Amino acid sequence: MDFGPHAAFIWISYAAVAGMVAALVAWLIADGRRQAADLEALESAGVKRRSSPSGLE
Amino acid sequence: MPLMQTLTQKLANPTRFMELSGRVLPWVSAAAAALLVYGLYLAFFASPADYQQGETVRIMYIHVPCAWLSMMIYALIAISSFGLLVFRHPLADVSAKAAAPIGAAFTFLALFTGSLWGKPMWGTYWVWDARLTSVLILFFLYLGLMALRASLEDEAAAAKLTAVLALVGVTILPIIKFSVEWWNTLHQPSTDFTSTVDPSMRWPLLVMAVGFTVLFFAMHLKAMRNEILRRRVKAMRAQAVAGRDRLAAQAAE
Repeated sequence: MDFGPHAAFIWISYAAVAGMVAALVAWLIADGRRQAADLEALESAGVKRRSSPSGLE
Repeated sequence: MPLMQTLTQKLANPTRFMELSGRVLPWVSAAAAALLVYGLYLAFFASPADYQQGETVRIMYIHVPCAWLSMMIYALIAISSFGLLVFRHPLADVSAKAAAPIGAAFTFLALFTGSLWGKPMWGTYWVWDARLTSVLILFFLYLGLMALRASLEDEAAAAKLTAVLALVGVTILPIIKFSVEWWNTLHQPSTDFTSTVDPSMRWPLLVMAVGFTVLFFAMHLKAMRNEILRRRVKAMRAQAVAGRDRLAAQAAE
């Protein structure tokens, strides 16, 4: 693929988008795992979830 | 309307939301990946260079979707904020909080790719014109929403104040949209999918725009799930501490 004299601008744009999307996906997966692990640790320590009207607690 | 109401009521329960989103998320993610792979193929191999812009027009296939998302995500935050302040929907604040960092990332990308497209086309990376400046303000608004929320310890107060700021800030959206018509600007007019883009470029652009939108919804679902788990963990920790304090008080008596 020859993108001519401005190829660097095109490649850097695509690389930035790919890098940011990859970073967001990695952060979301890692954060989800961390929260799930914390929840499991609390449950295995015997802390029970008391259901609240909002269901968020 | 009754269908929408039923769906909103069903999703109002976070436990049900977790079940439903857990089932839907893999399919939404797969659809986003498939659309983006197809869109990238079209953008690189099945679309021509522009007669004026040459190959740099390929930046459009990522710049326009990022710019579209930067505004759509803010609109979603504003709707969620309205849902929190007016209807006290239990998931409204979760939705607003989860969307903010993703919106900031796509707004940054819209600015960055636009700057890299501007240099070869306009001869400069940046001009302080209405479109670019208003999008920069939108980026700062996203940062402001996140900073305000992080600065307050009381989560309920943080949610309300952030929602008010989000609703005040929504005035930036029509300014961004119409800035290219109201003021003189280097930026081209808004992309009209029906007339201003040649059909050979319209289809790749449309596929990429839909792909990015589906990608955002996958990310947003995941971020909302994470936020619900985080709030449960926080509530359980508080419950555990309260339980320990109660036991200690009983032992001391």
